[in-house]
Amino acid sequence: MTDTQMLDHDDVLERAAAWKEGGDAVALATVVSTWGSSPRQVGSRLAIKGDGAFIGSVSGGCIEGAVVEEALSAIEDGNTRVLEFGVTDEMAWEVGLACGGEISIFVERLD
Amino acid sequence: MKLTNLTALNEARAAGKSVLLFSDVERGAETLTIDGEGSGDIEITTALKEAGEKAHNEDRGRLVEIDNKRIFIQVFNPARRIVIVGAVHIAQPLVPMARLAGYAVTIVDPRGAWATPERFPDIEIDRRWPDEALEALEPDSRTAIVTLTHDPKLDDPALTVALRSDAFYIGALGGKKTAGKRVARLTEAGFGPADFARIRGPVGLDIGAISPAEIAVSIVGQITETLHRPERAAA
Repeated sequence: MTDTQMLDHDDVLERAAAWKEGGDAVALATVVSTWGSSPRQVGSRLAIKGDGAFIGSVSGGCIEGAVVEEALSAIEDGNTRVLEFGVTDEMAWEVGLACGGEISIFVERLD
Repeated sequence: MKLTNLTALNEARAAGKSVLLFSDVERGAETLTIDGEGSGDIEITTALKEAGEKAHNEDRGRLVEIDNKRIFIQVFNPARRIVIVGAVHIAQPLVPMARLAGYAVTIVDPRGAWATPERFPDIEIDRRWPDEALEALEPDSRTAIVTLTHDPKLDDPALTVALRSDAFYIGALGGKKTAGKRVARLTEAGFGPADFARIRGPVGLDIGAISPAEIAVSIVGQITETLHRPERAAA
């Protein structure tokens, strides 16, 4: 029989829905395009809660802080955003990623 | 994004359906299509529908500019499957490895002595005869089939169904001698050279694998190559 266990290690969307249903303000940030050696592929995402807690990933860790900040702004004003990041060699080195790369991230509030 | 859409998306994913999510990244509107049926605020024009189908087929999301809108198309396809015929020693490491690589795994083996919970603690085994089991599992272009029993009376019925399906990968354990005999039997069953070319055998990449775990690595590697570098895999 085919097993039905959760294959996707990332249940960010399940968690986002649960947070929202539980009364928290929630935003989603999703990688929409990448160029060069970006560490995470299109469709990688973060769910961010009103208190700044988040799960998932959109990079190896170097831009999550900035994305969370923008997500909290989106929770405030309800506007969507497209963020563009260049992952510089220096930044990439600091967090142990492949060098170079650019990444665009779509941020939206869950309503 | 609307919570109602997210809930519908999560339910459809859990039910193993193919979902596309179209999001207008400037206006925030969205439309969800579940197994091709759409609902939402973005009108799915012909151009958008085509872009969605392409994204679905390539299993990869993308940002497109269509009808003066910037639309992000996200693809949620059910997991690809690996059907393993033969609850043999190689299958034991192959199950967790295939799962880690993102596949839903099915084992088929009608032989009770092999298909025991002690050997396969966390997977239920399909005890039907391989042709019956495979027909019921309906292998498609997102399915890989690996026969490992080394026994023609089990492997052949599996391969017969596999070759009539769109399975993207068919691998069969066994060296040249085994493969030669198999070709003779399958020729008698009405298959031809184009069919035999689809069977990867001896199964797995040629990396000098010896132990069952190493052979499992070579099989997962070969399936990965067939998926992402089909032109090289065919060479």
